[in-house]
Amino acid sequence: MSANTDSLHHSHDPGLKHQYEDMAQQSETYLVGMWTFLVSEVMFFGALFFIYTLYRWNYQQDFYIAHEHLDVRMGAFNTTVLLFSSFTMVMAVQAAQLKKRMNVMGYLAVTVLCALTFLVVKFFEYSSKFADHLYPGVNFNTDAVKAFGEHALENGHVAVNMNHAQLFYGLYFGMTGLHAVHIIVGIGILISLIRLWFNKADSVIHDYVPTELVGLYWHFVDLVWIFLFPLFYLMPKPH
Amino acid sequence: MSSPTTAKAGLPPEQHEEVSYLNDGHTIASWLLTGDHKRIAMLYLISTTFFFFLGSVAAGLVRFELTSPAGVVLESETYNKVFSSHGVIMVFLFLVVAIPAIFGNFFIPLMIGARDLAFPRLNLASWYMYMTGGILIMIGFIAGGVDTGWTFYTPYSSMYSNTQVSLVLVGVFIGGFSSITTGVNFIATIHKMRAPGMTWFRLPLFVWAMYSTSLLLILGTPVVAITLLLVVFERLFKLPIFSPELGGDPVLFQHLFWFYSHPAVYIMILPAFGIISELIANFSRKRIFGYHFVAFSSIAIAGLGFLVWGHHMFISSQAMYESVVFSLISFLVAVPSAIKIFNWTTTIYKGNVVMAAPMVYAVGFLLIFTVGGLTGLFLGSIGTDVHLTATYFVVAHFHYVMVGGTMLAFLGGLHYWWPKMTGRMYSEGIAIANGILMFVGFNLTFFPQFILGWLGMPRRYHYYYFAPEFQAYHIMSTLGASVLGLGFAMPAFYLTYSLFKGPKAPANPWNAHGLEWETASPPPTTNFLEIPIVLDEVYDFDPASEHEQDMADLEASENKSGDKH
Repeated sequence: MSANTDSLHHSHDPGLKHQYEDMAQQSETYLVGMWTFLVSEVMFFGALFFIYTLYRWNYQQDFYIAHEHLDVRMGAFNTTVLLFSSFTMVMAVQAAQLKKRMNVMGYLAVTVLCALTFLVVKFFEYSSKFADHLYPGVNFNTDAVKAFGEHALENGHVAVNMNHAQLFYGLYFGMTGLHAVHIIVGIGILISLIRLWFNKADSVIHDYVPTELVGLYWHFVDLVWIFLFPLFYLMPKPH
Repeated sequence: MSSPTTAKAGLPPEQHEEVSYLNDGHTIASWLLTGDHKRIAMLYLISTTFFFFLGSVAAGLVRFELTSPAGVVLESETYNKVFSSHGVIMVFLFLVVAIPAIFGNFFIPLMIGARDLAFPRLNLASWYMYMTGGILIMIGFIAGGVDTGWTFYTPYSSMYSNTQVSLVLVGVFIGGFSSITTGVNFIATIHKMRAPGMTWFRLPLFVWAMYSTSLLLILGTPVVAITLLLVVFERLFKLPIFSPELGGDPVLFQHLFWFYSHPAVYIMILPAFGIISELIANFSRKRIFGYHFVAFSSIAIAGLGFLVWGHHMFISSQAMYESVVFSLISFLVAVPSAIKIFNWTTTIYKGNVVMAAPMVYAVGFLLIFTVGGLTGLFLGSIGTDVHLTATYFVVAHFHYVMVGGTMLAFLGGLHYWWPKMTGRMYSEGIAIANGILMFVGFNLTFFPQFILGWLGMPRRYHYYYFAPEFQAYHIMSTLGASVLGLGFAMPAFYLTYSLFKGPKAPANPWNAHGLEWETASPPPTTNFLEIPIVLDEVYDFDPASEHEQDMADLEASENKSGDKH
């Protein structure tokens, strides 16, 4: 719509959008925008972490007993998978800087595979929780938690408050669920990026920054999991 | 006309008619799929006006109902739903959105000398998110409404209310994303898209205000978004988060809610401060007094805004020492606000004041906002607040800031920038008369509510048969609301009329200073033919050349040359 005026002043870079003067300005603006968005995301998850911290502080033993039902091996496996996907994402960004198109697509594809693996493992984790009636509500399986509690604390007269265990699982499903939504969105973004590289779109092949932006988002999603994993799966025994 | 701030800005006059963002494409698709920040601003103007109208109707119903101590037409449940819809619409669909999304969108790129915002498609997406949220909220209202008030306090909202809380909250949640993307867009734009020579301290104060607002938008909105989403989870998926039955803390909801919603009040008022700074400087023909202080007081208000939420919770089981600290910090907010008021009045002092229509609204703002700000101190101090909490005093204070403050500034800005946005002049006389009418109507509506609150009339009550002596004040308030309603309706008519019959506006009808006045009215799609280079300071009104200018204007007022001093 504004090609006539743009062509007068812009360098003829095919990746340059009409509102920018040059590629440097465009790249810097992209990065500022992405980081600003991530700050917003930090506040989004920050509120959740705040709620979690408060409740765990209030109900340390009940949370400890409830957490014994989570499968540490699955959580650890998923952590490894996501960390590896961060590595492949970094490699994809580096390949984008070096303009190695096939490598970019390859690394991004591995990243998507890791994300899918994460979701599959998460699916089995969730289904086992549902099967054990560990979803909050009237059918909440108090016996299982109680048995675990006695076993875990080796202390018969510690009363486990089942309500607080439900609170724990409420937070577990809420927080890991929202994280999973971010993973799903990330998969969508990664696939779009692969398509852009596949089609040799001007917006990505002349400039590595769009690939870098996806990388920033992906690392953020990984980082959230790096906090979620120890908070939910690796609780120390309360005194 | 005015002294040029720039080299190479604007369009030659003969091109004015041919190229403008308004006639660059006439199809509906060219509007609904546009990336142009000016067109998106106009989309927002139309949609926020629509929602404002609905919110006003709800307000009118509330005021009508309160003319009699026993109520007039509404059932109690309906009354609760009506005042809730008034609050939800006005806060989430109008006040938070209006000034940033309309004037911020339209004028940030023009003021800093950019072709567009940093992310045009994200900008358009934000309008669609806003509309999706707005439509979901409307469906919720049609399907039964909510009776929780705009604050959605738990456990009532999460466990007991049998109304459309989930649907409306999802609407607010999606609308929140529109705020976040707008904030991201503004911050990236202001950081990286300024024209050569447009340093941070040459930015118009409106841009500083929008920057502070954007900070609040990106830091506060996600917190309320997740909080409201958790209430939805609790209702739909039975995830216990705030449920006191299971050891959850319903007061935690209030903490998280006000962590956003107090800054949200500043999201609503800071853009208004920005507009008032523009109006006062340009219609006093003087550089604003203490530019740096006014600029940084916006940032200070944004920062302090995150540390005062507890003053909404003095009676919500909050620890006493917490309340003392929150009260103290709340008083601190008065400092940057007072800096603004004093600097504005000092700017007017010995200024060459032009009482054009926008300035009338600005002066009304100054008077009303001062009352609104000072009564805020009554509510920020614990002792008086315990007496005044949840009375009409709070309602009056809030409306003095939000309606008398933000709405008058909004209308001031609308009158100021209307010629630039539409290329048409409206009738100045009617606009001034309307400003005075609104000032009278506003005070008649809300001043009696201070007295009502002081005497103990609780907010959100449907009846007051326990104190029929309040009726006189309520009737006064309802009468005022009718006048105020007329004041809001009039611009809809005379501004729309000006679109068709108004005289064509010159590039700078107010002799104002700033990049937005150096391009055509209405601006071309790319804003500037060439990106301007900024050579002089902000609000750089030179008194001597001003005098010459006045003389020149007297001699040949219709002469359009004016490229030299």
